[in-house]
Amino acid sequence: MQITRRGFLSLSGAVGGGVALSSLGLNLNPTRAHADELGKMNRIKVARQVTTICCYCSVGCGLVCSVDKATGKIFNIEGDADHPINEGSLCAKGAGFFDLTEANKHRLTKVLYRKPYGTEWEEKDWDFALSRIARLIKDTRDKDFVKRNSKGELVNRCESIGHYGSSNVDNEECWLITVKSRALGLVYVDHQARV
Amino acid sequence: MTNHYCDLKNADVILIMGSNAAEHHPIAFKWILRAKEQGATLIHVDPRFTRTSARCDFHVPLRSGTDIAFLGGMINYILEKNKYFKDYVVNYTNASFIVNSGFNFKDGLFSGYDAKNRKYDKSTWVFDADGGGIPQRDTSLTHPRSVFQLLKKHYSRYTLDKVSSITGVSQENLLKVYEIYASTGAPDKAGTECYALGWTHHTVGSQNIRTMSIIQLLLGNMGIAGGGINALRGEPNVQGSTDHAILYNVLPGYLKTPSSSLGTLDGYLKKYTPVSKDPQSANYYSNYPKFFVSFLKSLWEGKATKGNEFGYHWLPKIEEGKHYSTMHMFDRMYEDKIKGLFVIGANTAVSTPNSNKVRKALQNLDWMVGENIFNNETHEFWRAPDVDPAKIKTECFLLPAAASMEKEGSQSNSGRWVQWKYKAAEAPGDAIPVGEIEIKIMKAVKELYEKEGGPNAEAIVNLKWDYLDDKGSFDVMKVAKQINGVFLEDTVIEDKAKGTSTVFKKGQLVPGFGNLQVDGKTACGNWVISGSYTADGINKMQSRGKEDPTGLGLFPNWSYAWPVNRRILYNRASCDINGKPYNPKRNILEWKGDKWVGDVPDGPWPPMANKAQGKYPFIMQKDGLGALFGPGMVEGPFPEHYEPLESPLESNPMSSQRINPAAEIFNSEMDKVASASEEFPYVCTTYSCTEHWCSGALTRWQAWLLEAMPELYVEIGEELAKHLKIKNGQRVKVVSARGEAPCVAMVTKRFKPFQVEGKTVHQVGMPFNYGWLYPKDGGDSTNVLTPTVGDANTFCPEYKAFMVNVAKL
Repeated sequence: MQITRRGFLSLSGAVGGGVALSSLGLNLNPTRAHADELGKMNRIKVARQVTTICCYCSVGCGLVCSVDKATGKIFNIEGDADHPINEGSLCAKGAGFFDLTEANKHRLTKVLYRKPYGTEWEEKDWDFALSRIARLIKDTRDKDFVKRNSKGELVNRCESIGHYGSSNVDNEECWLITVKSRALGLVYVDHQARV
Repeated sequence: MTNHYCDLKNADVILIMGSNAAEHHPIAFKWILRAKEQGATLIHVDPRFTRTSARCDFHVPLRSGTDIAFLGGMINYILEKNKYFKDYVVNYTNASFIVNSGFNFKDGLFSGYDAKNRKYDKSTWVFDADGGGIPQRDTSLTHPRSVFQLLKKHYSRYTLDKVSSITGVSQENLLKVYEIYASTGAPDKAGTECYALGWTHHTVGSQNIRTMSIIQLLLGNMGIAGGGINALRGEPNVQGSTDHAILYNVLPGYLKTPSSSLGTLDGYLKKYTPVSKDPQSANYYSNYPKFFVSFLKSLWEGKATKGNEFGYHWLPKIEEGKHYSTMHMFDRMYEDKIKGLFVIGANTAVSTPNSNKVRKALQNLDWMVGENIFNNETHEFWRAPDVDPAKIKTECFLLPAAASMEKEGSQSNSGRWVQWKYKAAEAPGDAIPVGEIEIKIMKAVKELYEKEGGPNAEAIVNLKWDYLDDKGSFDVMKVAKQINGVFLEDTVIEDKAKGTSTVFKKGQLVPGFGNLQVDGKTACGNWVISGSYTADGINKMQSRGKEDPTGLGLFPNWSYAWPVNRRILYNRASCDINGKPYNPKRNILEWKGDKWVGDVPDGPWPPMANKAQGKYPFIMQKDGLGALFGPGMVEGPFPEHYEPLESPLESNPMSSQRINPAAEIFNSEMDKVASASEEFPYVCTTYSCTEHWCSGALTRWQAWLLEAMPELYVEIGEELAKHLKIKNGQRVKVVSARGEAPCVAMVTKRFKPFQVEGKTVHQVGMPFNYGWLYPKDGGDSTNVLTPTVGDANTFCPEYKAFMVNVAKL
């Protein structure tokens, strides 16, 4: 869904003439702005504006991603001036949010696999990873599954597979992790809330 | 948080203790400064002078691990000087309850202690009841066994002399803080507390927070604008991940994980559904069975029937009295008993205490599945320094995940605002959202069990798991709706109070948790979030309304706050027993004769002066009142000072119990401890910095942030540096009984020595954001130094107080 970030930005991304933008905390009258900044501002004006929430601490600051309509790539991220908590401002990490996008050359883009006793990662495809992981889960679970404890009580648990993470994924993802873990019978289930 | 970020502006006094908000929560700090602009007094109590201290009215340094002593002294001050809010204490807390005559406290131990198992029999930590089963009360608060008198007696031991000697805080500073904070006990004043990891990272972490809760109840600061207890949490969705229970001890919505002795659904529900005989106690958890059965239905829908106890036995049961937290998991892995591990969006080889033990434990795994947007030290444990990959058997996967802005979904902040995020761009390469990875892994597992069968296969085969869309991608809306809850059959909801009857159709969304059913007619993945959608499918988490009708920054139309869009928890306690606001200038709620107006109240019932229909304000408590006496805690109903596992003192000045008597002790050969040892004479604490986040797993890969904060350092006070002949910028190593961390010395005025029990105690501090993988010369994890020990209730590790030495390299 497409969201406008300011009252003066229409859904199509067009801006009324003569309105100053304040994305850098300055009153940037386009006729007086530096040429480079004007270029970026013009790009932002016609960009698709998408709101998101910061992924660091738990204050929950709003951000606006500007997406180039032609390439579909994010080219600018800044604080959401409409957001009641941060009111457009951001800390050092939030201000650097753009460096989490694919513009960061360290991003993982391939399925990596390290075989037992291997010295390097190998690139694999999803089909390999999903079928191999499912096999490992089932073999470990079935081998060590505890149906009843030493008192004979029905416990249906798997103590030999652990799960850790994450408070850094969305609610819907957290819920899926919780449900998957319980359906597998895991009990060593934990994440960063504990630290 | 009981309150929320924008509400911090409404306080008259803000005590920041256990947090460096200015550096770690800069935008939260903006709201703290806004309070200051309006005349509020800001107090920072922290071992180190930080940028938070610099912006506060004053800074009070205290020795790490002595917060309960500091706050216990404040309770003593409030009670001795009659600074408490009497009307609130009598009406809204359990101060007037009479405690069982068998209860006592002697030399650091409460009644019922079992030294062998390090745990308590709590049978005397109960209230005397009248013939009808309702707790007896003495509203004059004079009965010698009333909670109030026992509280007074307990904290009378926390004298200024004693507290000053334990904490290293001067008596003058103690009195200054006590006096200013206690001034918020007036009906028209609000005091709040902001804490973070500085309070949780202790063997007494939960009791640190409870001590403050007692103070807030005594001063009438709970449930009001500008009040409450506010955890500034450190991860973007740690509220949500806790709500959704990626934890061994709870299920979504804080429902309890079944344990081995609870052999039937009925037995389980009986144990966890509290019963109150007091007609004025709402005892909201009496609805527990509806929440739990609806959760089971969300997992197995049609396959979960009354006949099979709604699938209760398909859930794993934990062993009675046994724990499975992170530290337990790695202890078990170290014993070679855990063979497979998922590590999702985490870097546990850096963030878990005693990292050397953790890294050794990982080598015992047969397989590890990682999901992340960057590589980190956990995924690369097999080729860490001093590890020969050719000897490590583990089969490892590192699956590329979409970053936050590359996927749609919701995130919950500390103020319980569940905010919707939109997808701005495709993830690069083969990366997909973690949710999609999880769905696909489990789908593949499900197919194997459908084909091959296996133990308790029903739990997997019967699982509702249709969360991919037609194109095979993650259907986040479908999951969000399942979390909210849905009617599985046509259902008629009768509201006797309103005299209405509403028909909901099968497949329609549940409008709130009040509509959940115990007979299997509803499925709800997490009852506390139920209501995030309307029955007509409008996603309230997407709301962006900026209206602020009270002018107090509640923003009721921005996102969705759980529960039921309530912005300030326990808000009925902001009014007197007739429903009139104690502070008309900060009116968040008021009873207008037939209904509450303002924030969403803690239930629709009239205020408690109405004996026939009114209810007490703390509706989630069985007895409906704030708990000054808190028997839920494992180490005692009143917080007590104990020294950290590793401390500079040989004994506890308060009692002969040196450490928390209920803290669990880990005993592997790598769990070495050195307390009051000449070899490790300095207290150490750990913390973050503005530019890095947690283990640095995201921020160390970002050039701008890394340039600002490039490597590990230790902050050493000028006096200690002089004594050790260490110069600013020199390379040193910090050593504990468990490991050593080479780093740069930062000689600073920010740490000053403490005078504790007649001796000089130095404290040092280090950031916890680094690891060996990247940058190559940035130093390793500070957690090679920290001990495997944690809070007795939560197992949150004791990172904030342990003993080290510092030497030149």
